[in-house]
Order: sequence, then structure tokens, then C-alpha cells
Amino acid sequence: MEKALSVKDLHVSYYGKEVVRNISFSFDTGKLIGVIGPNGAGKSTLMKAMLGLIPKDKGTVIINGRPLKEVRKQIAYVPQRNNLDWDFPINVLDTVLLGTYPKLGFFHRPKKEHKQWAMECLQRVGMEAYSKKQIGELSGGQQQRVFLARALAQKADMFFLDEPFVGIDIGSEETIVRILKEIRDQGKTILVVHHDLSKAREYFQELILLNQELIEFGKVEDVLQPEQIAKAYQGQLSFLKELAVKP
Amino acid sequence: MMFLEALMQYEYLQKALLTSIMVGIISGVIGSFIVLRGLALMGDAISHAVLPGVAVSYFLGINFFFGAVVTGVLTAVGIGYISQNSRIKNDSSIGIMFTAAFALGIILITLLKSSTDLYHILFGNVLAVRPSDMWMTMIIGVIVLISVFAFYKELLITSFDPTMAQAYGLPNKLIHYFLMTLLTMVTVASLQTVGIILVVAMLITPAATAYLLTNRLSSMIFLSACFGSLSSVLGLYISYRANLASGATIVLVATTLFLLTLIFSPKQGVLWRAIRTRQKRTSYS
Repeated sequence: MEKALSVKDLHVSYYGKEVVRNISFSFDTGKLIGVIGPNGAGKSTLMKAMLGLIPKDKGTVIINGRPLKEVRKQIAYVPQRNNLDWDFPINVLDTVLLGTYPKLGFFHRPKKEHKQWAMECLQRVGMEAYSKKQIGELSGGQQQRVFLARALAQKADMFFLDEPFVGIDIGSEETIVRILKEIRDQGKTILVVHHDLSKAREYFQELILLNQELIEFGKVEDVLQPEQIAKAYQGQLSFLKELAVKP
Repeated sequence: MMFLEALMQYEYLQKALLTSIMVGIISGVIGSFIVLRGLALMGDAISHAVLPGVAVSYFLGINFFFGAVVTGVLTAVGIGYISQNSRIKNDSSIGIMFTAAFALGIILITLLKSSTDLYHILFGNVLAVRPSDMWMTMIIGVIVLISVFAFYKELLITSFDPTMAQAYGLPNKLIHYFLMTLLTMVTVASLQTVGIILVVAMLITPAATAYLLTNRLSSMIFLSACFGSLSSVLGLYISYRANLASGATIVLVATTLFLLTLIFSPKQGVLWRAIRTRQKRTSYS
């Protein structure tokens, strides 16, 4: 069977300094996959490179058997929340409606049925009561739910979320996890960058453990072995020791 | 003579009025995107950077629109190149490039033409609008409005969430330079009414005024165009009655509208905010 997602020999650097190197993995369709690793492991970089948002030095990304360029509109991406202008004159429903843009293409406007669909997506994340609010008026968790609704509105096959649980309330976190599991059961593939090891077993079925290089990927119970975790996080520990001995 | 009578009688005044209304509308529309993308300084830069293009066009005897668009867009590309390929930050590279273009323009103009022309280009003179200028402004206006209408979705999403736009394959850079081209065209259209130095006011002030009044992009663009054309008409009227410089008067009218909104806007105005804060505090005492 064709893999939903397959990355081969991926290398990414910023101005000649390698951030992630030699990454290869593949997953079947219908999986909820966590990307975990210590700070500076290159988790977000890996995700951005897979999406073609930053240039890669080497490697291929194949999605549903096709190169990224041909399937971009089939991928919904929820970036980290901190680099948006929350004062932008746009309300919650119109934000979700943006999810219909990729498939509308140039010169087509969203119509009534698109607005209805956006409203349905908003209901799914429990935010329909806020549809007329300006997005900056929402709490962090509510904003994240709206951006999940926008991703749902895109009717994508694959979902990429970058640190969706940072700075949000526990209720929103539970809602988001529940919906991610629902869409996984509908056969979608979901990749989530997540820094918290403790919830990994509960949230994800499969993991990518990363620290610049790929430590391990596969089923959660296979990846979360003590020696592999030590290997992923050891870089930071030895770095701290090094700091300590220097006068 | 009353303004309306004069308007009926003098063709030059009709042309001035039509031109300033169109300039008010298109600078309000493009200005909305400039404000939302945080490109106010870029607007200032591009408007100054058309000067060498205008000078060369005079010299070659072609319509100054073409030269202006070329140097405006070249400057935008130069600014982008410096800030993306060095550690120089965007505002510094804007400062370097536009002053260079402007200085070059001043030298070219003084070499080629008399200084009166320079004065008119820098400060505008709406009452001296020729028929050909008016028609050029109308054509530019129609092109700008159609472009914004046609690419509204793309302009909206690249302004609000460029990362999502890039992720689904929109050419963000191309859209940026497309907007810079429209900006250059608006600047050229505004040369006659407010002049190079004050174009940025027509781009920023009405759009900022509208920004304080609404939470929808479409209403912001509409209001901004209204404020832009209202400033133009009122400014033209006052400058005619009081015999003041037209460009400067138009800008001060726009500023007055902005200050009134800043104080009295129902949602964002400083007055209601202060009243609400005070009510809240007194309710506890």
C-alpha cells in the first residue's frame, strides 16, 4: 500500500548551519503522529521544510505518492499562534472561511454554501456563538479552536499543527485532541509538533522522536524507550554540564 | 463667487474635483492594505522613489507614468533584496534606497528642467490639472480598483496570514510586488493633487481612520475610500475659498477626520474608553 507520508534524507540549514539532518520516515494513512524532541531539536523546522515554507538542502517529501507541489491544497497547516496580527479587521467566521480559499482558486468568491460550511466547522469546535467576534477578542484556547475549524474547512487529507497546545486552557486542549482523533478515524493523517513528553502516550498513536537527527519513529510504545529518550535529550544535558564546569 | 458657481463655470475646477475624488478613492483602497501590512514607511519610500522616473520621462518626452512605475518598482525590489540578503533591517534598507532614489531625482530634475516643475511635483497643484492628467488618473483608478476587486481574496489572506497563503501555494512575493506596482500607480495619480511629499498621508491617514471604526476588511476599504474622497473634496473647497496650497489643505482635512475619529470612535475612541474605564472604577467605590 502507498504511504500517506514519506520523507527521505531531508537536510535543512539556516545560512550553512545544519538544523535537521538525514531525516527519513514514512507513515500509513489515518495516523495521528506526534513530533517530539527537546527545545532546538528542529521540530518546527522539519514541519516547515516538509510544507515547503523554508528551502531544504536535500531530500524528498512524498505525500500520497505525489510530490508536495501537486498536493499543497490537500494539506491544512495550523502555524504557531504568536506570529499573527490579532488586531486584523476580521471576525471569527471570516477567519474560518479562509479555509475554503485554497480550493476556490483565483477569481472565485466564497458563496453561501461556503459560509454555511464554515459555520458547521465552527460548530464542530464549539465556537459558533463567537462567529461575529473580532479574533483578537478571543482567549488563546478559543483562537486555537478557530484555527482548527479553519483547517477543517479546508477539507484536507493531511493536517499539520505546530505546537497547538501552547498557552491554551485544558478544555480547549481536550476539544482539539478529541477532534484530531475523530478526523484520524475518518482516515486523515495528522502531524502535531508537541514539546511535552508526558502527554505523548495519551494523545498520539505514532511518534517521531527528533533531536536534529531522527532518533526513532513508529508506534508510541516502541519510540518511548528509556535509552531513546536519553539519546534525544542527552545533547541538552551534556551542554548543561559543559556550562557548569567552565569557570 | 461661490464654490458651486465656480465649479459650474470653470472647467479646470471640475477637472480638479474629479481628479481629487478619484485619487481619494484609490489611495484609500490601496492605503488599507498598506496600513494592515505595516508598510507605511514603504508607502513613503515608493512615493519618493518615483521622482527620478518622472525626471527621465520628461527628458525622453514620454508620459511620466511609465518612468515613475519603473523606478518605483525597482526601488521596491532593491529594498526587498537588501533586507532579505543582509543583516540590514527592513526600515533601514527602506531609508537607504528611497533617499538615494529621491536625491537622484532631485539632481535629474534640476539638470533637466526648471525648479518650478520640481515644486509642483513635490507639492502638487490640483488646480493646474490638464485633461491628459485627469484621464490618466481615471485610467489608473479603474485599473487599481479592478485589480483589488479581482485579487481581493489573495490580498486579504497574504495580509492576514502569509504563512497559510504560502503553505497552500500562493506566490506571496509576487503578490507583494503586485501591490507595490499598484502603490506606484496610486502615487503617480496623486502627484497632481497632493504631490510626492504628502502622498503617504493620503495612503495612511484615511485608512487608519477607517481602521478605528470597523472590524471587517471590506468595510475598512469602503470607509477608507470615503474618507479619502471626502478629504479631497473638502480640502479642495477650503483651499479654493481661502487660497491655500491644495495638497496641504487636503492632508490637513484628512488629519482632522482622523483626530475626530481617534477621540470619538465608539469602539476604539479614547473618549469612550476613558468613560468606560471610569464607570468601571467608580462602580467599585
